[in-house]
Amino acid sequence: MKKPRKVLILGSGGLKIGQAGEFDYSGSQAIKALQEEGVRVVLMNPNIATVQTDRGFADAVYFLPLTLQFATEVIAKEKPDGILLGFGGQTGLNLGLELFDTGVLKKYGVRVLGTPVATIRDTEDRDLFVKRLAEVGVETARSVAVTNVRAAAKAAAKLGYPVMVRSAFALGGEGSGVVRTEAELTEKLSEVFHTVPQVLVEEYLGGWKEVEYEVVRDRADNCITVCNMENLDPMGIHTGESIVVAPSQTLTNEEYHRLREIAIRTIRHLGVVGECNIQYALNPETGAYRVIEVNARLSRSSALASKATGYPLAFVAAKLALGATLPELANAVTKTTTACFEPALDYLVIKMPRWDLTKFENATNRIGTEMKSVGEVMAVGRSFEEAFQKGLRMLAVGADGFVAHRSGNFKIPDYLSEIREATTTRVFALAEALHAGVSAEKIHELSGIDRWFLSRLENIVRIERAFSKGKKPPAALVRRAKRAGFSDAQIGVLTGASEDAVREARRKAGILPVVKQIDTLAGEFPAKTNYLYVTYNGTEHDIKAKQKGTVVLGSGPYCIGSSVEFDWAGVQALRTLKAAGRETVMVNYNPETVSTDYDLPDRLYFEELSLERVLDIVEFEQAAGVVVSTGGQIPNNLALKLHARKVNVLGTSPEDIDRAEDRHVFSALLDKLGVDQPAWAELTTRKDAAKAAKRLGYPVLVRPSYVLSGAAMAVAFDEPALMKFLERAVNVSSDHPIVMSKFIENAREIEIDGVAKGGKLVIYAMSEHVENAGTHSGDATVVLPPQRTYLETVRRAKRIAKAIVRELSITGPFNIQFLAKDNNIQVIECNVRASRSFPFVSKVTGHNFIELAVKAMLGGDVSGEYRTLDLDYVAVKSPQFSYSRIKGADPLLYVEMASTGEVAAFGDSYHEALLKSMLSAGFRLPKKNVFVALGGEENKVKLLPSLRTLAELGFKLYGTDGTTKFLLENGIRATTVHKIHTGKLPNVLTLLDSDVVDLIINIPARTLARKNHADPALRKLHDGYMIRRRAVDNGIPLLTNRQLAEAFVTALAEIQDGGLKAKPWNEYLAQG
Amino acid sequence: MTLSLADGTTVEGSSFGAPVSVSAEVVFNTGMVGYVESLSDPSYAGQILVLTYPLVGNYGVPSPESFESKKIHAAGLVVAEYVDEYSNHTAVESLSAWLTREGIPAMSGVDTRALTKILREHGVMEGRLNHSRAKRENVFSTSDNFVAKVSPEERTVEGEGDVTILAVDCGMKENIVRSLRARGARVIRVPWDYDFSGEAYDGVLLSNGPGDPMTCAATVANVRKAFEADAPMLGICLGTQMMALAAGAKTYKLKYGHRAQNQPCALSGTERCFITSQNHGYAVDAKTLPKDWEVWFANANDGSVEGIRHKTKPFRAVQFHPEAAPGPTDTAWVFDEFLASVRKRKKAS
Repeated sequence: MKKPRKVLILGSGGLKIGQAGEFDYSGSQAIKALQEEGVRVVLMNPNIATVQTDRGFADAVYFLPLTLQFATEVIAKEKPDGILLGFGGQTGLNLGLELFDTGVLKKYGVRVLGTPVATIRDTEDRDLFVKRLAEVGVETARSVAVTNVRAAAKAAAKLGYPVMVRSAFALGGEGSGVVRTEAELTEKLSEVFHTVPQVLVEEYLGGWKEVEYEVVRDRADNCITVCNMENLDPMGIHTGESIVVAPSQTLTNEEYHRLREIAIRTIRHLGVVGECNIQYALNPETGAYRVIEVNARLSRSSALASKATGYPLAFVAAKLALGATLPELANAVTKTTTACFEPALDYLVIKMPRWDLTKFENATNRIGTEMKSVGEVMAVGRSFEEAFQKGLRMLAVGADGFVAHRSGNFKIPDYLSEIREATTTRVFALAEALHAGVSAEKIHELSGIDRWFLSRLENIVRIERAFSKGKKPPAALVRRAKRAGFSDAQIGVLTGASEDAVREARRKAGILPVVKQIDTLAGEFPAKTNYLYVTYNGTEHDIKAKQKGTVVLGSGPYCIGSSVEFDWAGVQALRTLKAAGRETVMVNYNPETVSTDYDLPDRLYFEELSLERVLDIVEFEQAAGVVVSTGGQIPNNLALKLHARKVNVLGTSPEDIDRAEDRHVFSALLDKLGVDQPAWAELTTRKDAAKAAKRLGYPVLVRPSYVLSGAAMAVAFDEPALMKFLERAVNVSSDHPIVMSKFIENAREIEIDGVAKGGKLVIYAMSEHVENAGTHSGDATVVLPPQRTYLETVRRAKRIAKAIVRELSITGPFNIQFLAKDNNIQVIECNVRASRSFPFVSKVTGHNFIELAVKAMLGGDVSGEYRTLDLDYVAVKSPQFSYSRIKGADPLLYVEMASTGEVAAFGDSYHEALLKSMLSAGFRLPKKNVFVALGGEENKVKLLPSLRTLAELGFKLYGTDGTTKFLLENGIRATTVHKIHTGKLPNVLTLLDSDVVDLIINIPARTLARKNHADPALRKLHDGYMIRRRAVDNGIPLLTNRQLAEAFVTALAEIQDGGLKAKPWNEYLAQG
Repeated sequence: MTLSLADGTTVEGSSFGAPVSVSAEVVFNTGMVGYVESLSDPSYAGQILVLTYPLVGNYGVPSPESFESKKIHAAGLVVAEYVDEYSNHTAVESLSAWLTREGIPAMSGVDTRALTKILREHGVMEGRLNHSRAKRENVFSTSDNFVAKVSPEERTVEGEGDVTILAVDCGMKENIVRSLRARGARVIRVPWDYDFSGEAYDGVLLSNGPGDPMTCAATVANVRKAFEADAPMLGICLGTQMMALAAGAKTYKLKYGHRAQNQPCALSGTERCFITSQNHGYAVDAKTLPKDWEVWFANANDGSVEGIRHKTKPFRAVQFHPEAAPGPTDTAWVFDEFLASVRKRKKAS
C-alpha cells in the first residue's frame, strides 16, 4: 500500500452531548501518528478550544463548518490524497460518507484510509448490519428497519411490546427508547422521522448485562481486543449514561472469551482496518448474547479504553490506516514489546457519567436509552470500592464518596423508585436503600444491577457502620476504610473529626497510599512511561520521587461551564513548563482529555483533584510548585487550601486570588480603585432578599457565591418570581449566602482576557458579546476584535484592567467581564485564572496566552509588543447547544449557561466570520421560508428593519397574528398561522411539522424571564415554548435573541454567494 | 498467614483456603479471568500461583464438568483481594469453599503487583505459604517428576470418530480432549510413559504438563520412536518441549516463564501474529533445533520459541495453548489443521 502524501482529517466540531472532548484526544493522536510517518496533515475542525488545532500539530488548520460545501472547498484547495473519517466522531464520519456519496472524493482522487466505506455502511445501516453478522453466525437483537410510523407499528406488533426503537445514523442513541404501547410508539416516531430516515424496532433486552469490547484489526488480518468493559447499569440505560467498569467483573473465562471471539470474528468479517467497538447484551441467567452495535470509528469508549489500559488506540488506528501492521508497532508503554497484544490490567477502572440536567428547566432527571450526560470521569483503583468512591468524588458534584458526605446532601427520599426507574442520582439512592436495610436481592430485582456490584456497595456501608462518632477509630479500621476508598473527609464525618485531624492521625499510624504504574502488562515487563495512580491496596511504590517537579492541576470532568478549553490550557501549561526545562507532573482524571495522555507530562497521575490527593502527590513528589490557574474552577478552589498547607502555588498569590473571589473584598477593592460596579447585596434569608431587591430595584440578578457557569443563577423581574426562585433553586442560609445585584437591561458585555506579571499587564485581548447582558458569557456569541465598542470604552476597560492587575499583584492569567451601557462601564467579575475564552483569544491573536502566563509564573521574560486589537480579520465564537438531547428543555438564552461547547470561525469581515461561526455550530442558512414570532412591542419595532431586509432578500415570512399584523401594517407581506391554543388549523405546529420552514425567529417579550411555572404541564401549553421546542425537535434553526437575529440578518444580506471563504488559519494570521 | 520467598522476602495476608502450609515454586499469571481453569490445569502442579488481577472469586466456581481436570493442581494461590460474594449463573460454590474442600491453601491481601515485580527481577523462586494453624505441610521441589504425579495410570478411550488420536497425557487439560472430540476424533488417552508403538492410531497428540521436560525421558524416547511412523503429531506446551528433545534440540528454563492470556506469537514467514494463552516455565532453544526443523512461532515480545515444525513431515508443536481455557481461542485453527492433516494422511493410505 502506497503511503499517502497529504491527509485530511475531519474533526468533530463543538462539544455536544454524545460527542465531547474524546475526539480532540483521538484527533491529536492521529495527527501525531501521521506526522511521525512524514505525512502532511490538513485538519478541518471549527472547535477552536482543541489541542489538535494548535500550531505545531496539523500542517494546515481550517476553522470551518463541517459541511459538504466547505469540505469540498478545502479538498479542492489542499488536494489531499487521503482522508481519515474515523477520528471526528459521528459528525466527521457522516461528513466523510457524504463526500464519498457525492463523488467529491473520487473527483479529487482522495482515498479513504483505514476502514473502507463499505464496512462503515454495513455498521451504520441496521438491515445490512444484521445480515452481515448472520453470515458468520453472529446473533443480533431481532429487529426490523422501518422508514415510517405505520411499518414501525406493524413490526412492533410482531415482536411484541415492549420494544426498543433506535434511530440509525445518530450519535449517542439520539431518538432511541423503550416503547410499551402502540400509542407511545406513534407519538415518539412522528418526531424522530423528522431528523432520521430510518428507525429500528427491536426486541427488548432490558436487564441483560451490557458488555463492550474495543477491537483493533490491521490489513494483514491481525485482530486483537484491547479492553472489555462491563456496565454496572444493565441494558436499558445508554452506555454513556452508565457506570462502567473495566475489565468486566462478573464474566467467567468462558463468557469473556466467547464474546471476545465473536468480536474478532465479526470485525474480521466486516473488514475494519483500525479501531472499532462492539457492544453486547449478555443474558445473566443463560449466557445467551446479542450483538447490539459496532461503531467502526474511534469513540468515547475507545478514548476510555485507551486511558483504562494505556494502549493508545487512536494512535495505533492511524498507523494501521496508513498500512502498518500491529506487530510492526511497539507497545507505547514498555517500548520494548509489541503493540500486537492485549493489555493485562492489574487494577480496575470505573467510569462515571457527569450530568448537568439541573441546568435545564423542565428536563427530567430520568435516564435511559438516550445519552444526556455531558462528561465523565475515570477512577483507577485496586479494589472496586476504592475506584467507586474515588469516581463519585471526581464527579465534582459535592459527593464525598458513596456515603458520609460533608454537605449532608444526597438524601433521596423516594429511593426505591429511583432505583427502579433510573435517575441521575440513582447511585445515591442505592446508598440510601442500603442504609435503610433494603436487601441487595431486592435492589437487584428492582434495578437489574448485578448482585456482585451490590455486594461491593454493601461492603462500603458495612465499613461506614464500623465507625462511631466521637470515637478514635482503630488503625485497622482506618486502613480497611482507606482500602475501600474512604477519604479523610469521609472518615472525619463518621468520627466527628476534621479532615486535617484524620490525615494527621492516619499519617502517624503509617497508613499511607502507594503510587502504582499503569503498564499494560501487569508487571510482566518494565514500563518506560509514568502513567500513575494512587492506591491504598498496595505496600510498595512503583516509582521513586523525582523531586522538584512542577505540578499542573487539570480541570476534572467536562460539564456545562468547564470544557475542553481548560484541557487545552493545561496542555499549554505542561508544554511551556517542559520547554523551560521543568519536570512536569499532571493531575487529572477526565478520560476525554489530551492532558491525560501519558506522553505529555513526565508523570501523569490519573487521580482526584481533591485537597487530600493533591497533597499526597505534592508530598510524594516533593514538588517545586503547583499551577492552579489553567484548569478552571476546580483547581482554583484549591489554591488557598494548598497555600495554607505550605504548598508553593505558582503565579498570583492565593490570597489575592481569594480577594477576587470574595465578593465583599472584591467590591471594596473596586470602590477603592474608583471602578464602577452594579449595586449588589449579600443575603442569608428570604426576607432580607425581598427587602434588598426592592432597594436595588427590579430586575435583579440572583446567584450563590462561588459559582462557575452560573449554576443556580436567575434574573427576577418581580417579587413572586424572586421568591419562587429562592424556593426552587437555592438553599439560602448563613453558610450559603446568595448574592443579588441590580440587573441592567440593554447593556452590552465586554471581556478582557489577559496575562500579567508582577502586577503589570503583559498582554490582553478584548472581545465583545453580540447578545446583550443577560445571556451568560458561555452562551454568548463573542467577537474579536470588538466591532461596536467605542474606542473610549476600550481605553477605559484597559485602564480598569491595569488597575485591578496592579491591586491584585497578578502574575499569570486573568479574565475581567464588563458591562457597557452608553459610555458607562462597570466590572461584573474578575477571575484570576484562565477563562474559557483563552484558546479563542490565543488562536485569534496568534499569541499563546497560557504560554505567556506560565512563563510569567516562572519569572521568565514576557515583555514584547503584542498586537491584539488592530487585526485585519475578525473571528467569532458561537455556542454549541445540545438541546435536542435534553427533552423538554427550553432553548432560550439565559443567565444560566446551557451550551455544552463552542466553535469559532475567521472571516475577512465580521459578517463572514459570524455566518461561518453559526454554521459551524450547526446552524443552516435559510433558503425560503422564515417563521417569525415576536413578543412585545420593543422586539417588533427593533427587529422591523431586519425583517424588511429578509423580505427584500426574497424570504417568505410566516407568523402568528400579532406579528403578522404588525408586519402588514409596516408594509411587509407575511402569512398568518393560528396560535396553538386557539385550536384552529393550520396552526404553528402544523406549519413547523410540514418541513417548509427553514428558520425560526422567536423572541419572547422578556428574553430574560423564563416562565417559572412550577407545573411543567402548564408550561407546555405556552406557545412560545412549544415553538422553540418544536424547532429543536424538528431540527429547524432557531434564533431567540434579538441582537443575534439582527446581526444574522445583516450578515445574510451582506454576504453574497461565495462570500464565505475556505481559508486556513495561518493565512488569516499572516494578514496580521 | 505469610508467604516467604527464597530471597528472604516475606509478605503477610489472610487465608481464604485450606489450613495447610506449602513449599513450592512461586509463579505469576497476568490473566484477568480464568482462575477456575488455571487452578485445575495440571501444568500448575507443584506451583504456588500468584494472580496479578486484584479481584479474584467474583464469578465463583462452576460445576466440575467445565474444569480442566478433576481437581485443583496448583499447590497454592495468592491474590490481592478475594471476593467471597460471587455472582454468576454458572457458579455452584465460592472459590474459598472449593479451595478448602480440596485442601489447597490460599492467601489474600497481598500486593501481588509488588510480588510479581520481585519474581520478574529475580526470576521465579521457591516460596513457602505458611498457615499459622496448618494441620499439614505440602512440600514440592522443582526437581520432582510432576508429570508422573498428574498423568493417568491407565489407558482409556473416549468417544467415537473417523480418526483416532493417541493422546499422551502428561497432565492434559480437558479442553484439549474436548477440542479433539468436537472435531470428530476418537481419543485414546495413555499415561505419560506408555509405549504406544503397538497402538493403532492416525495421529499423536503430546499434551501439556507440569515441570521440567527433562524429567520425561520415557516420553521423549517414545516420541522419537513415533517419528518413524510418520503419523501427524501435534505437541502442546510441554509436548512441544518433548518433541524438541526427541528431535535432538535442547530446552532451558525461562527466567520467569510465560503465564498469561495475552502472549503475542508471530507466525514465521508471515505478517500474522496471534494472541495466545500460555503457561510454561521452560522453552525450546532455537539455536539447537536440527536442520530439518524450524521455528513455527516466535514470541513477539521476547523472541523465544513458541512453536516448531518439521520441514517435511507432519510434526508440529505449539508452546501456547490452542485449546485456550483459560484465555483467547484465536489459535483453535491449530486443531483444525492437525485433524485435516490426520484425515488427509488416512485417506491417502
